[in-house]
Amino acid sequence: MDFHDTPDEAAFRKELRAWISDNLPDGWRESAPTSGRMDESVSREWSKRLYDAGYAGLTWPKEYGGQDAPYTHQAIFLEESARAETPEHIGVIGLGMAGPTIIAHGTDEQKSAHLSKILSGEEVWCQGFSEPGSGSDLASLRTRAEDAGDNYVVTGQKVWSSFAHIADYCILVVRTDPSAAKHKGITYLLVDMHADGVEVRPLVQVTGDPEFNEIFFNDVKVPKTNVVGEANEGWGVAMTTLLHERGTLGFALTARLEVLVAKLIVLVKETGAHDDLLIRDRVAQQWIELQALKFTNYRALTTLMRTGVPGPEGSIAKLHWSESNQRLGKLALEILGHRAQLDGDDGVWSGYWQYQQLRSRGNTIEAGTSEILRNIIAERVLGLPRSR
Amino acid sequence: MDFAFTEEQEMLRDQVRSWLAAECPAERVAELGESKAGWDESSWPKMAELGWTGLSIPEEHGGAGMGFLDEAVVFEELGYRLYPGPYLSTVALAVPALQAAPDVLVAVAEGRARATLAAAEAEPSGSRGAGLGDGDDPTTSAERDGDAWTITGIKEPVVDLQLATHVVVSAATTEGVGLWLVEPSPDAVTPLETVDSTRRLGRLNLEAHPATALIEPGGARATLGHIRRRIDAALALEAVGVAQRVLELARDYASERTQFDKPIGSFQAVSHQIADIYMGTELARSLAYWAAWSVAESQADAKRAAAAARSMATGVAVSACEASIQVHGGIGFTWEHVLHRYYKRALGNAAFNGSPATGRATVAASLLDQ
Repeated sequence: MDFHDTPDEAAFRKELRAWISDNLPDGWRESAPTSGRMDESVSREWSKRLYDAGYAGLTWPKEYGGQDAPYTHQAIFLEESARAETPEHIGVIGLGMAGPTIIAHGTDEQKSAHLSKILSGEEVWCQGFSEPGSGSDLASLRTRAEDAGDNYVVTGQKVWSSFAHIADYCILVVRTDPSAAKHKGITYLLVDMHADGVEVRPLVQVTGDPEFNEIFFNDVKVPKTNVVGEANEGWGVAMTTLLHERGTLGFALTARLEVLVAKLIVLVKETGAHDDLLIRDRVAQQWIELQALKFTNYRALTTLMRTGVPGPEGSIAKLHWSESNQRLGKLALEILGHRAQLDGDDGVWSGYWQYQQLRSRGNTIEAGTSEILRNIIAERVLGLPRSR
Repeated sequence: MDFAFTEEQEMLRDQVRSWLAAECPAERVAELGESKAGWDESSWPKMAELGWTGLSIPEEHGGAGMGFLDEAVVFEELGYRLYPGPYLSTVALAVPALQAAPDVLVAVAEGRARATLAAAEAEPSGSRGAGLGDGDDPTTSAERDGDAWTITGIKEPVVDLQLATHVVVSAATTEGVGLWLVEPSPDAVTPLETVDSTRRLGRLNLEAHPATALIEPGGARATLGHIRRRIDAALALEAVGVAQRVLELARDYASERTQFDKPIGSFQAVSHQIADIYMGTELARSLAYWAAWSVAESQADAKRAAAAARSMATGVAVSACEASIQVHGGIGFTWEHVLHRYYKRALGNAAFNGSPATGRATVAASLLDQ
């Protein structure tokens, strides 16, 4: 057991820190971070710089444009990026979900067509999984694809899709065999978002930001060469995507929470709330929960490095993070008292905490609701009998 | 970055685990808990023989010359089986102060001696009868009598007092606080009634009782701080063992018990409680191992790490027991079932030297008062 960076990790961290500091866009740090805002042009430029410097796809195989680096480098990259509050890579979905799925299940043509463009940010990806009638029960999806010789023809609606409004491609799960059982008859497709019949409408969330979208597919032709894995075998492929979504998330989320806890401490001192024993107790609790998350991620990472598969500890990272993040947002607003209602230019820190608190309500819903995550822990980690 | 125990430490864990499974099954814990002595004295030389009592005692004093991370493995496993005996008191509390008494260290390593620390007082000048706080000065006093010392004062609660052969006592002189070694006469020891029958507490009433100096007056602060870091981390580790065991009990019971023709673990109102025990236990485990490493490696952050781990893990163990009792329904509320013994140990660990809030206060001070 040793929580220090190895000499190799320390060197990587040092070099990365210097690189981030040299490359952050002018004025980025000074501009008030009122939201988890994404400035598209800044993110595109940032993604390209990351790619040119070899920081995109650190753990991906070299043959696909990656670095073949150990997972610890990826963890360090996520930590340092969050600490420096860098812009987001434009290809969050491509890097975290589409890319790993294509690497695991894609054809050689799919790999050479997409992987390096995902890394460079040339191709932006979105995810077409959830539907208005299919949330937690993903396998009930109804978007259908009719067999039309060399193509499928896709019709249906997807929802809660981040980046869809700027995306070039979509990882899409569709029903290809309506007569088969629920988890059978699903096919996993790579869909060109610029194709005829694809329509994207923004969805405005409680924060007022249109962070995600609805996607409508009206008779969209998708070549069969864009099937990932086998036709009607898409459920297993989709599980790979979700495994990666939840697997790589822990470090990034925890590092973001670390930034928020540091800001919370600044707020407490700024407002004089550090004399309040109840506030002190809750701030300490937030900090302790953050350390617990951080070291749980380290533990899961050690298991991954030693065995090649993520440990069961990882399943709790997103669940606990979301709840801790929600508590933190509410605590910040309580500290602000009546000023908590003032927003935007009239608000403390230009409405930073108001945004954080409202945005956090989505955390226990997105990327697997807390209820579904508890089912996963109960059934898959602890082996309790299935609930349905 | 490497968050794993060594192969040797994992072997030690297996060894402790299988020894305890044989020596300390639930029925035996119940029997010992209800006995007058509260423990099986013959277990101590056996543990010494296996090398556990002297893990961090230097080799020249008969120990294994290993460290706190090795002891950490033992603390966790002892919590898992609710071992009733003076391991926590001897190893976490007393051994650091006994460095000045090598013959006692040898006796501990050989299983002839058991020791504890008497720092807390019923009417302390410090907070909540803690005795290990930064500003807790004892009212117990030490007086020099030629080359010898005598101690006068009342210490309580003292963990495992009636199980110990040697007691490290904190006391004040005009030159400051020091630590002394006492081999208490029988009339100085009064057993106290406790909630957790598997960990006994006592009152030490010293009236000009002979003592030997371990740490000279004015020098106790550093040693007591070191002990506090060790006990905080040890309590966290033991709490993780407790939480792990009651998690397994809840999981097994929910898988077997049927109502409405289904195992109750298939109802989400039940299974989600068990998932929460798992989540809390794993988070607490991460903190406890981090704290153990920080203490073992004397990291600058060790005090805060140990306080954080103790705060979360002892709280998690209490909640885990409560949820496990709830999952068990009526049977979990009976004297006959082992759960209440885990619950009482969890409550005892949470209350030791303060409460989970005490740990958070330490953390808050480090975050907000600089």
